[in-house]
Amino acid sequence: MAEMMAQGKEPEILFWVGCAGSFDERAQRITRDICKILSHVGISFAVLGTEEACTGDPAKRAGNEFLFQMQAMMNIQVLNGYNIKKIVTGCPHCFNTIKNEYPGLGGNYEVIHHTQLIQQLIDEGKLKAEGGESFKGKRITYHDPCYLGRGNDVYEAPRKALEVLDADLVEMKRCRSNGLCCGAGGAQMFKEPEKGNKDINIERMSDVLESKATVVAAACPFCMTMLRDGVKLSEKEKEIEVLDIAEITARANGL
Amino acid sequence: MIGQVIFIIILAAAIYLFSKNVGKIRRNILLGRDTDRSDNPAERWKTMAKIALGQTKMTKRPFAAVMHFFIYVGFIIINIEVLEILIDGVFGSHRIFSAPLGGLYNLLIGGFEFLAVLVLVACFTFLIRRNIGHLKRFSGVEMTSWPKSDANYILIIEILLMTAFLTMNAADHKLQLLNFGHYIKAGSFPVSNLIGPLLPDSANSLETIERGCWWFHIIGILAFLNYLPYSKHFHILLAFPNTYYSNLNPKGKFTNMASVTNEVKAMLDPSFVPESTGEIARFGAKDVTDLTWKNLMEAYTCTECGRCTSVCPANQTGKLLSPRKIMMDTRDRIAEVGNNLDKNGKDYKDDKSLLDNYITREELWACTTCNACVEACPVNINPLEIITEMRRYIVMEESQAPNSLNNMFGNVENNGAPWKYSQADRFNWKE
Repeated sequence: MAEMMAQGKEPEILFWVGCAGSFDERAQRITRDICKILSHVGISFAVLGTEEACTGDPAKRAGNEFLFQMQAMMNIQVLNGYNIKKIVTGCPHCFNTIKNEYPGLGGNYEVIHHTQLIQQLIDEGKLKAEGGESFKGKRITYHDPCYLGRGNDVYEAPRKALEVLDADLVEMKRCRSNGLCCGAGGAQMFKEPEKGNKDINIERMSDVLESKATVVAAACPFCMTMLRDGVKLSEKEKEIEVLDIAEITARANGL
Repeated sequence: MIGQVIFIIILAAAIYLFSKNVGKIRRNILLGRDTDRSDNPAERWKTMAKIALGQTKMTKRPFAAVMHFFIYVGFIIINIEVLEILIDGVFGSHRIFSAPLGGLYNLLIGGFEFLAVLVLVACFTFLIRRNIGHLKRFSGVEMTSWPKSDANYILIIEILLMTAFLTMNAADHKLQLLNFGHYIKAGSFPVSNLIGPLLPDSANSLETIERGCWWFHIIGILAFLNYLPYSKHFHILLAFPNTYYSNLNPKGKFTNMASVTNEVKAMLDPSFVPESTGEIARFGAKDVTDLTWKNLMEAYTCTECGRCTSVCPANQTGKLLSPRKIMMDTRDRIAEVGNNLDKNGKDYKDDKSLLDNYITREELWACTTCNACVEACPVNINPLEIITEMRRYIVMEESQAPNSLNNMFGNVENNGAPWKYSQADRFNWKE
């Protein structure tokens, strides 16, 4: 972003990568695929790079409002400094926080999640599912991230992105507004779970197995981690693949 | 005449007692912190019409929805009959609506009878589901003997009221056929007709039965009215204001604390002078009076159906957290605080609080903030808000977050990411 600014250019959209997308090795692949999609359709975009910092989401959900607002105000300063108008995020938690909680602190942007961008591009005819890997007939199920689905009522966009694949799409028993959490939200990602009789991602695996899907589509880097751990612990790594909607889209288009 | 006097005394006493107890609940709710829910009245009326009146969120469980609908419609429509009974009771008349309504009256009474049967069917089904079917949703640590009895009392009272109503009609109808006394020919009795043969044929016995059921029915209703403020059944009233004052924002949006904004702004900009917010409040919630009046209204609205707990990922995997318990604890505690006020004056403080004495930290930290409980509640109750407020207290007032979360806070503060990575490495994903 700093480079673009120096060249006097303004990007159409800012890609908010998020901490998982920046540091988590598995999520970095999703980040790169989102970039490939943006380049493929010719959207000029920028990232903040080292100027980006945690939105404060995990701090806020854990009750640390001070830390959240510190992060939020510093990020808003950077975003407003670059005159950012439109943001696409790679993570539903960043999406929710910037879209819903930043305006009250002076950060007003048009914020979309990457699955919404993919849906828009498909609707506009700019993105198809051709020239790459065929998902035809593959049994795919979609896991709703809480902060995209229930949190912000985004249920259709990720599904639209899968519909173009001509795959065998199945829903899990608990889906859409009834979707079961992966277990990572509310800062659970950063702590051990409380005592119980099983982990939440194992409970979610029973839905995945029941659906008989061979691909679980995710739209959140934390869900990705939890679902992959669930697949590993169920010893289904050979049968079931967990892929982000962005990865599926990139693969289907040979990017 | 003496009957009228007794009736008026009972009615007045029932209304007085009920208003007094509702007044107490209102006072208790207003012990909560202020929150503004006065915006967008059009949207609010719409939400109330849809969720409370239209019961749209009940449909997620179709069987329970249909059964509940029987009782709901029965309750609302049979109230027209209760109005007639009240007027008859005060003026000593009998079936006063029959003359002005004419043919419509027959239709109404016949309709009420069918509704009464549907209510009976639903109540029996619910009793069986609770006590013989042992539906998982109706058990759990918070479902101790009082909540279980409360549910059964409600169903049994409704069954008794409907039975008295039908028996009264059956006796009335037989008396009408005998051309006895003031029992004018009015109403149609498609259901109570069938009970008729079970009743004696003597006019005097029939009159005793009719009067007995009439008094039992109306006194029963007035007693039930006064049971409401002590019961989970209070939802039949509070469901309406509670949905009117619903949170209209996306569920993912948590409140930004204005008190924190002031401090953070002052920290980032030393020249910033915060607007005075008046009282110095505590960050987050330790006790019920730190919650908003809306949180407390929700606690009184909860009818303990357990839809929230049955979809809670933490609860389903055996953790202590149960969103229903959060609401029930909040109600028990605010009722206790209210009773203390009544007994010991407004400055009295006991040494208990919602945190620790009612809700444990283990419960609070098990929440994934997934909003499943909020989504599931048929009357838009939000247990997550209470959980978040209590976490805020633990973190910001006590600094007692679990260690792993303190590490995460430290990382966010120092490295701008919840993990221990350097900010300088943030762009390393770019191959």
